Amino acid sequence: MSRPRAITILAATLTLGLVAVAEAQPPSGIVRPTTEPARPTLELGAELYAGNCASCHGIAGSGISSPRPGAADIAGQGPPLRGVGALAADFYLRMGFMPLPEAHREPERDRVLFTDKEIRSLVSYVASLGPGPGIPHPDLRRGTIQDGLKLFTDHCAGCHQIVGRGGFATGARIPPLQGVTPTEIAEAVRTGPYLMPRFSKSQISDVQLDSLIHYVLSTKDPDNHGGWGIGNLGPIPEGMVAWWIGIPLLIVACMLVGRRLHS
Amino acid sequence: MKLREWLIAFLTLLFGRVWRRREERRARKRIVPAGSPERRAETVVVILLAIASLFALGFIVTYAMFGPEQLPNELLGICLGMAMAFIGAAFTVMAKKLVVTEELEEDYPEEHPEEQEKVAQIIEESGSRITRKRLLMGAGAVTAGSLGLAAVTPALSLGPIWDTGPLDESPWRRGMRLVDEDDHLYRASDVDEKTFYTAFPEGVDKEDLAAAVVMVRLDPRALHLPKGREHWAPYGIVAYSKICTHAGCAIALYRKPTFAPVEPRPALVCPCHYSTFDPATGASVIYGPAGRPLPQLPLMVDGSGYLRAGGNFSERIGPGWWNVRSQPS
Repeated sequence: MSRPRAITILAATLTLGLVAVAEAQPPSGIVRPTTEPARPTLELGAELYAGNCASCHGIAGSGISSPRPGAADIAGQGPPLRGVGALAADFYLRMGFMPLPEAHREPERDRVLFTDKEIRSLVSYVASLGPGPGIPHPDLRRGTIQDGLKLFTDHCAGCHQIVGRGGFATGARIPPLQGVTPTEIAEAVRTGPYLMPRFSKSQISDVQLDSLIHYVLSTKDPDNHGGWGIGNLGPIPEGMVAWWIGIPLLIVACMLVGRRLHS
Repeated sequence: MKLREWLIAFLTLLFGRVWRRREERRARKRIVPAGSPERRAETVVVILLAIASLFALGFIVTYAMFGPEQLPNELLGICLGMAMAFIGAAFTVMAKKLVVTEELEEDYPEEHPEEQEKVAQIIEESGSRITRKRLLMGAGAVTAGSLGLAAVTPALSLGPIWDTGPLDESPWRRGMRLVDEDDHLYRASDVDEKTFYTAFPEGVDKEDLAAAVVMVRLDPRALHLPKGREHWAPYGIVAYSKICTHAGCAIALYRKPTFAPVEPRPALVCPCHYSTFDPATGASVIYGPAGRPLPQLPLMVDGSGYLRAGGNFSERIGPGWWNVRSQPS
């Protein structure tokens, strides 16, 4: 074995080892009790809530509508959580939306700072604050992708773009929908996070929601008739390819034909 | 008479020149060799141009037969493409068989006072082999004309040019009930805050441009509708035309704050060019290129709790055209 190769392998092993160590510890950036119980509990949820959420969402989910300096001069501001149920809590925590670095920031998909056990504890605590909707359980044996496309066109494509690549609305960025789980899709539809409308069962029934999920999952790997999707971003990149690649190729072909006829 | 003198002078100048040129032409020596006439090739060119014209006319016929709503793109493409291909073939035949060609190689002259005339002569003589010049010119003109016509035809899709009557009409009348896409009637109690609905008049074609309205429910205390519309929003439910007043796209975005103190206020947004309308103030434009608010549909609730239209739109719907600000019929 040559020396540089041995060094590479050694470095790779070390890096992998470090990654493994990092994985084993819970992610930092949040306040957690010194000893955590082995299983998710309501008490753990309450402690985590007090340490990480209460500065914005108020004591026992009462909400803070106008900012006032609290502990450590944190001027938190946030909606009440009584009655939002397990639905919203599970969604915001599993997407990494919370904790939000600053109250005016748009929640965006990010690294999840809580462990699964902590999320379960927090969700059960928020659900205990008042009666609210539970976590939906989509059933993918139901629904069809065709119905999903129609529903998506009617309700979602205006913002999320027909292949779910996201975009902008005035005042907000709209996330792409690739790499989300069926439960997360169902939660988003029923919660209406940030500026997104909330769709009730009278607007989108549970079966229709299953169809919608089928379609959203299909956008991860869409059927590109013609072979190349060009990022599935729509007509502008397609036009650019036609003008900047297709037409120069045609011109080159014409020139080659002309030269051959000439000689 | 002065006028007569002027006229004679003008005619002499004009015809004298033509006569002289004709004399010169007869006298001068040929540059391009004469070449034998090719009547068969000429016929082929005329036939090719005729086929090209037929394809161009086929484009117009297709367009007229199907109407702008359900145009078969592949048929239109084939017609236009084949017209171009046959014109190309005709030009190829002309270049190969009808125009006398010879390749000469010589140094570029330093001074060329007569070269220009020579070039003109060469061009003229290159076509000398053609016996039916008028026929060929005619065929060319017909093809160019029909292709030009075909290219202009799609402009008809830009809309009614003289008759804007259909744009004035709206199916909404006082007392009409509101239904969703599947013809289910809307009750006022079905309409929640923080989401949006599309509604149509009961029993009317949903494809009608003026039929679709977007409906949202707001806190009645947050509503600041223009004067005279105080009773248009029962329980805070407002309805506006779904057709953007900028370019006629469907208003498919409704942004609503989850936590109002730190987030933008509710707005209806058009996904095409981001025209943004405030539903609380009669859909006034708060951002984007739209020039006027969305027309509002007055609403009322009947004894059984169903939503009904309280009349027609506040203004004409759709993107701008003349008379757009007059009352709808």
